[in-house]
Order: sequence, then C-alpha cells, then structure tokens
Amino acid sequence: MKFTRSAVAAVAIASTLALSACASESASPSASGSAGSGLTGSLKASGSSAQKNAMQEWINAFQTTNSGVTIDYQANGSGAGIQDFNNSQTSFAGSDSALKPEEATAASTRCAGGTAINIPMVGGAIALAFNVAGVDSLTLNPKTAAGIFSGAITKWNDPAIAALNAGVTLPAATIAQFHRSDSSGTTDNFTKWLLATAPDAFAFAGGKDWVAPGGQGAKGSDGVAAGVSSTPNSIGYMELSFVMSKGLKAASIDNGGGAVEATSDNAAKTIAAATVKGTGNDLALNIDRKIADGSAYPVVLVTYEITCETGLAAADSALVKAFLTYTASDAAQGALAASGYVPITGDLLTKVRAAIAAIA
Amino acid sequence: MSQTLKGDTLPKWAPIASLAIAIGVAIALANTTAVAGTAGTSVLAVLIFIAIQTLWSFAVEGRRHAVDRVATTLIYATFVAAAAPLLSLLFEVFTRGIKVFNLAFLSHSMRNVSPLKPGGGVLHALIGTMQQVGVATLIAVPIGILTALYLVEHARGGRLSKAISFFVDVMTGIPSIVAGLFIYTAWILTLGFDRSGMAAALSLAILMLPVVVRTTEEMLKLVPNDLREASLALGIPKWKTTIRVVLPTAIGGIITGVMLAVARVAGETAPLLLTTFLSQSINNNPFAGPQAAVPTFVWDQLSSSTPASLDRAWAGALTLILLVMFFYGAAKLIARYYAPKA
Amino acid sequence: MSQQAPIRESSISGSSVRRGDQIFRGITVGSGVIILLVMGAIAAFLLWKALPSFSNNSANFLTEKVWFPDQNPPKFGIAALAFGTVVAALFAMLIAVPVGIGTSLFISFYAPRRLAGAMAFLIDLLAAVPSIIFGLWGLQVLMPHMGGIAKWLSDYLGVIPIFKNDQELYTKSLFIAGVVLAIMVLPTISAISREVFKQVPRSHLEASLALGATRWEMIRMAVLPFGRAGVISAAMLGLGRALGETIAVAVILSALFDVNIHITEPGGNTFAANIALKWNEAGPNGLSALIASGLVLFIITLSVNAVARSIIARRKEFTE
Repeated sequence: MKFTRSAVAAVAIASTLALSACASESASPSASGSAGSGLTGSLKASGSSAQKNAMQEWINAFQTTNSGVTIDYQANGSGAGIQDFNNSQTSFAGSDSALKPEEATAASTRCAGGTAINIPMVGGAIALAFNVAGVDSLTLNPKTAAGIFSGAITKWNDPAIAALNAGVTLPAATIAQFHRSDSSGTTDNFTKWLLATAPDAFAFAGGKDWVAPGGQGAKGSDGVAAGVSSTPNSIGYMELSFVMSKGLKAASIDNGGGAVEATSDNAAKTIAAATVKGTGNDLALNIDRKIADGSAYPVVLVTYEITCETGLAAADSALVKAFLTYTASDAAQGALAASGYVPITGDLLTKVRAAIAAIA
Repeated sequence: MSQTLKGDTLPKWAPIASLAIAIGVAIALANTTAVAGTAGTSVLAVLIFIAIQTLWSFAVEGRRHAVDRVATTLIYATFVAAAAPLLSLLFEVFTRGIKVFNLAFLSHSMRNVSPLKPGGGVLHALIGTMQQVGVATLIAVPIGILTALYLVEHARGGRLSKAISFFVDVMTGIPSIVAGLFIYTAWILTLGFDRSGMAAALSLAILMLPVVVRTTEEMLKLVPNDLREASLALGIPKWKTTIRVVLPTAIGGIITGVMLAVARVAGETAPLLLTTFLSQSINNNPFAGPQAAVPTFVWDQLSSSTPASLDRAWAGALTLILLVMFFYGAAKLIARYYAPKA
Repeated sequence: MSQQAPIRESSISGSSVRRGDQIFRGITVGSGVIILLVMGAIAAFLLWKALPSFSNNSANFLTEKVWFPDQNPPKFGIAALAFGTVVAALFAMLIAVPVGIGTSLFISFYAPRRLAGAMAFLIDLLAAVPSIIFGLWGLQVLMPHMGGIAKWLSDYLGVIPIFKNDQELYTKSLFIAGVVLAIMVLPTISAISREVFKQVPRSHLEASLALGATRWEMIRMAVLPFGRAGVISAAMLGLGRALGETIAVAVILSALFDVNIHITEPGGNTFAANIALKWNEAGPNGLSALIASGLVLFIITLSVNAVARSIIARRKEFTE
C-alpha cells in the first residue's frame, strides 16, 4: 500500500522533471534577447480584462528586449485588480475606472504615504454589434439605442430606427438584445453614455451591473459576441476588438453631429478631447460623452494603470517605470489599433509621459 | 402445455423485430404529427418499442419476464442517454483541440506569444497543474483515507464520528469558488503569503478531501467482515489487519475515488483564479511566484477570444483530459497489481 | 455509522499490539479532527466576512430579489439565487440519479465485459473536463438542440406552469442549465454506484439467479438493497457538485434577478454563478455580500445532507 502510493508519486515527480528538463521557454524563433538594458526581475499586475490583449502584446515586446524581465498580468477584473494592488499583491493595477475616494485612501496606505495615480493607457470603443440578415450598415442615436436596450423598442422596423436609416430595409423581426451578465466596466461606460445622452429614454441606474429588464445576459464580451453572432436579429454591446475578431458588424452612432463609424481612429478623437479631472500627475479623466463632433465616436472607455507615484519598493518602482515608459511610447501606442484598441494621443499622451517620468 | 422445464420464451429475434417496428411507426408519426426533431422521435420510438415488446412478452412469457424486459430496455436507454451527450462533448473537445495539439504545443510555454497569433503552448500550465494537483493529492489523500479508516474501522457511533461524517458530506457542497475565497482571505490576506501554486493546492485539497473520504468509506464498508475476523483470529493486530487486509481489498475502489477527486480538481478554474497568479512563463517552484495551470490557461485563452487563442483553449482542454487519462490508467494498473487475487 | 462487528482487540499478544492499535487509531482520529477544524475555519471565516454586509443591508436578505450591495444604501437579497440554485440542482438530480444508476447497472450487469471497462473509463474521464468546457459545450452544442424540446414542452405540456413559456425564447434558461448540470454530475454518480455494485457478493447474485429470478429481479432483490446506502451517498456527492457548480452555470444562464417558475425561459441565477459573475468587480461590501450568499449555500447543503442522512438512517436495517 505504502509502496503503491509512493510509486504513483514517483511517476508524477519523474514526469514533471522530465518535462521541465526538455522545457523550452519561448516559442518565438529569435529568442536571443538583447541584454542591453540590464533590467532584471519580475513584476506582477492585475485588473481590467478590457485591456488584457493590449497588455499581453506589450509584455511580449518588453520581455523580448529585456530578456531578464518577467511580467505577469492577470486579467481578473478592475475591482479585483484594485484589491490586489491595495493588498500589495501587485505593483500596478489595470482598471476601467479611476480610483474612487475610499479606494484612493486605501491605495495611499499601500504606497507607504505616497499617492496612487491613475494613468490612462489603453482606450477602447464600445461597439453596438448587430446581426440582422440583409442589413449591412445601421445608424443609431442615443434615443434609439436607449429604446432598444430598455425594451421600449422591440422591432427592427420601428419608425424611430427607420427614420435614422433611410434606404435600409429593416425586417419586422423582434430585436434580441444581449447584455453582460457579469459586472464590468464595459457596462458601466455604456450606461454612462446612455444616461448622459438620453436620460429620458433610459430610466435605469447605471453602473457595472446591467439592470434593465428583458434581453439575454451573457458572461464576458466574448459571451455577448458569441450570442450575437449565433442569434438572428440580435444586437449587443462589446469592445470593438470582439467585433473584429468575430467578424460582426457594428452600428454607427449619431450623437447629434452626424453618424460616426465605430473605428479606433474615431474613438481616439473622443478620448483626446477628454479633460483631466485629477490633480498633479493623477490623470483621471472626464470624458465628454455628449460630444457631437461628426468624426468622434462617442461610446468609449478608457482603462488606467494605477500605481504609486512614490512609495513602491525601489526594485519594483524601476521596473514599473521602465515598463510604463515603454507602453506610453509611440511604438507601443501605435500598435494598439491593429488589435481593436484605441491609442492615447495628443496632449494627453504628453501628460501621461510626464506622469510616468515622475514615478520614483 | 409445455413439455420442457423452461417456460415459453420469445424468439431471439423478438427485440430486433419490435425495435424495427417501433422505429418505423415513430418515423411515420414524426412525419404526420407534431413530434419535435430527432430527440423527440427517438423517445417516441423507445416508448413504442417498450409497448410492443412488453405486450408480446406478457402474452407469451408472463408478467415477470415482461417486467424484466421493460427494465432491460430502460437500463439500455439510460446508458444511451448518458453516453450520447458525453460522447458529443468528448468529440467536440477532440476535434477542436486536435487542431493545434502537437509536440510543439506540449513543449512550449506562452512566454512572448501574441494572443493574436498561433504558436506557443501549454507546458508552463502543465507543469503548474501537475505540481498543484500533486501537492493537493499529497495533502488530501492521506488525510482522507485515514479519516475514512477512522469512520469505518474505529468509530463506534460516537458523537465525534457522527460529526465528522456529517461535515464531510457538507464539505462536498462547498462551491469551488468559496474554497478559493477561503484560502485567499485566510492564507493570503490574513497570514500574508503570496499567491502561489501552494495556495492553489490548498484550495484544491479542500475540494478533494470529501470525495476521497466518502468513496473510501463506501469501499471499506463493503469489505466483508469475514476477512477482518479471519485476520484478527490469527492474532494479527488490528492496525496490521487494516493495512494488510482491509485496504488492499478495497484498493481498486479507493483508487477510483482518488482519481475522481483528481479529475475533478484538475479541471477547477474558479479557485485558481483567486489563489494563483496567472503566468505565461514556466515556473518550476509551486511554493513561490506566479504559476499557470491548465484550467486557467484555458480560461485565459478563451477570454482573449481571438481565433488563435480559441484553438489553444480547446487544445488545453484536450491536454487536461489526456493527462487525467494517463494518470488514471497508471493508477488502475498499479491497483490491479497490488489487489489480492480474487 | 459503522456497522462492523464489535470485534475487540485481542489481548493474546500483549500490550505492544494494543499500543500499535492505539497509535494507529490516534492517527486516524487526528485526520478526522483536521477535517472538522478545516470546516470550522471555513464556517467561521464565512460568517466573519459576511457580517459587515448583514449589518448595513437596507433590504430583507432572505426575500429581496435584487443585488446592489455596493450601492448606497446597500440593497440585496438571495431570494432569486436560492430559487435558481435549488431548481437547477433538483432538476439535474431528477435526470442524473436514474440515468446514473441505470448506466452503472448497464456497465456492471448488461454490457459485454470487454466493452464495459472501456465504457466505464470513458465516463470517468468526463469528470476531468474543465467545467468551463461543459459550459461552452452546453452553450454552443446543446442549447441549439434543446430549443426544440423546450418549445415542445411548452406547446404540449404548457398547462403545467413550469413548462409554460410566454417569451417564446428558449435559450439561456434554468432548464438548459439543469440538463448540463445533470451531465456534469453523471460521471460522479455513475462511477461510485458502479464501484458499489461491483462489491455485491457474487454468491448473492448467483443464488438469486439459481432460484429462477430474472435479471431484473436479481437487481431489485440482491443488488439494489445491498448498494442503497452507497448509491444515496453517490447522489449526495452529485448534488453537492450540482449545487456548487460555478463557471458552467455562469456561462449558460442569462443571470436575471427574478423568481420565474417558467424554467424554459431565459433567466435564473445561482449562488455560485452569481459569485463568479460579481466578485471581479465587487467593492468591499459587495465581496462581503457575496460571501454571505456563500454562507447560505453552505447552510443549504448542510440541511440537505441532514435530510439525506435521516433517510439513510431509517433504511439502515435493509443495507446489511
């Protein structure tokens, strides 16, 4: 009996060792790694799942040039990310919203008296993806979007939708609406836009949880995207990257200045027009969700990196600074659009770089 | 009436004939009435089959054999009902998983692999899962088997044994995410440890324990008392009787129980999301630093949701099944070798 | 509990034997006590972490259906969660227990021996499929097939309220979640029952056949009574998994906070799924509220087990 159990254990250990022995870390062909920077060490960060793929690409690029560095980003949600950061489990947090006052208090304790700062790093567009046979382009305004997502508009050929889409043949089918069943910053930003632009048509509370009745809930943007692509006559809100990877069609939004397509470039204009509400190097943003510029896509979200301006352990601080300096570089921001994200541009980017330079 | 000792029986071809008739009638009904889809037609066919065969058998063989035939049909039907979805699931995992499942997938980590591009592999997660599940097994199996031994061999129906036995049952109902939350706040926040493979192993051990105890307990109860009595009568001490006679007799069932427990926790995602720090790189130390596991690898790749990462997610699920298959086979072989010959 | 014969340690070989026995007994008791300590720690921790949310909840925790723990004032309750959890789990057991027992009877007594091993192996393997994969399979493969059955139930059995469907949407429902849960717990129930049936003494089986019993009579009179306690315990393990299953249910259900007895309509939510859906964005009070809901789930399994235990105790005389 004893022998049996140790035999099983021996098999397990032996195969683990065998696997580790033939382990090869990198799949990239040129894993030589220029050790020029001399940076070494490891860094942990967690939070927003909205910026996951962007963060992964950046980490890959950073680890390739600094082969002695390992950075791990766990996309466990903004709330969990902030908790991890405040409990000193991580060196920075990714979040879909800036720190709230009570969170900021806890964060400054974690920063050993220094302040925690919000640095906008990755933007996103929230697209209204639809799946209606025979309809290739669709325009919605805040009122119709609010009508659809609150259950007031139930048919695709509703006069309110038809009025915005002259020349498009809309079916008389019932609209199947998809929303997020989990708590998310995407829901938060989408409802913020609805509440800012069509408060009369959307009479529900905003926030991270979807509360309007009707429709079908799905877990994660991937769940909403899968629901929309498999259900005829459906519509749902999700980050632009999911529209691209699932090959869906997204509605143009008319915020009052004409229909604007959901593209990375158009969304970047809305983010660039945001004003900073934080003080000093804290760059928490106020987004103008009513923006009526004919080329600015208004339904956006901004994800922040939250870290200590001062007060991180010295080794961590140097790594965080080096990594964030890279993520705010032209190369890193320029690569975002390809994977469906929205870069930070203009004056705001200058402020972001200044804030990162001040990390000590 | 009958000259032989046996009563009248239906001819050998009776079930096949009844089935053919039943399927024919069911298809005919499906085309003329509003019976829904393949599933509805199959259910209808089974019902008609039972009706025909039972009436026929009742007429020829009598009530007892008619009942026997109904029971036989229903038992076959439950097997088909169980096997169909399970085979469908295995089929999906195999066909979707095999696309990128190869030696390169098994021997590479995800370090520096883009979520958008194919490539990379599961090695880092495989190492993590084997270590985490291994440590969890080392914790849960001895405690579990010893507890079961106490409950079956030593307890005399006292309050302690009743309490243990009751709370083991309650333990089976702990949602995996609550086990994770417990370790997260107790081990990580209160005691101040970092997230690591060890924290994951602790939460998995909590989930394994009740399965190990309950199955071992059931198997021990089924060991005939004659064996114990014979051994004790020969003057062999009770502890030696337990280790040399009782455990080897039950070893097959106990290993099935342990493997069920391993299989269950190997695929657990929720507690790992709280107790480990997800990594894309290899970490050979379960006691420190971020470490991946196969379920969190699958989770991570699914949430990236690009075509390349979805392929990796399914290949990860396939890896997990094959891994458990391997250990299961190994354990069964060992059990067969050490079990007393019947 | 233990129905073993009251064999006392023999005193023939002196005190060394007894010391060995005492040490061994001590080790086994210690293991049992570890389990009690772990359970005590979990319960204490759940209660400790749940208390803050109880004190500032502005709604009735037991009857309120909505879940806004991070709002000011916090307002949340478990009515919808309790309903969804119990309905989905009971529905799953309704399918999984008979099918699981039938499957293990088939493998143990009907299937050709060579095939039986492979079938058993295949079913056991399914316990290893990550639950997220069960969820995806349920969502992408099973759900399209279940639409027809749900519609049929609604059309023809709609007079029974639970099958009635007013929305004419047949997806993301408790009905489908229950079926997926049934498939998930099947391997557990089937594997344990099979091991139990395997232990039925051959002499019992042969004796009943020799007395002229049909195969079903053999099962009914020799196999099932012998295995009853084991099968109930298998079912309890299955129920435990069904009640606590997290990710698969979270992926499938539409997660509405509503008590809707029309189980084929989209909606429904369970304790475990709600924790998975909310914990990543929960604030301090939200986390506390989720732990409170975990505590309730804990109490539900506790009471379910107490009931099952009394059933086993009452039938105990038949199991020997």
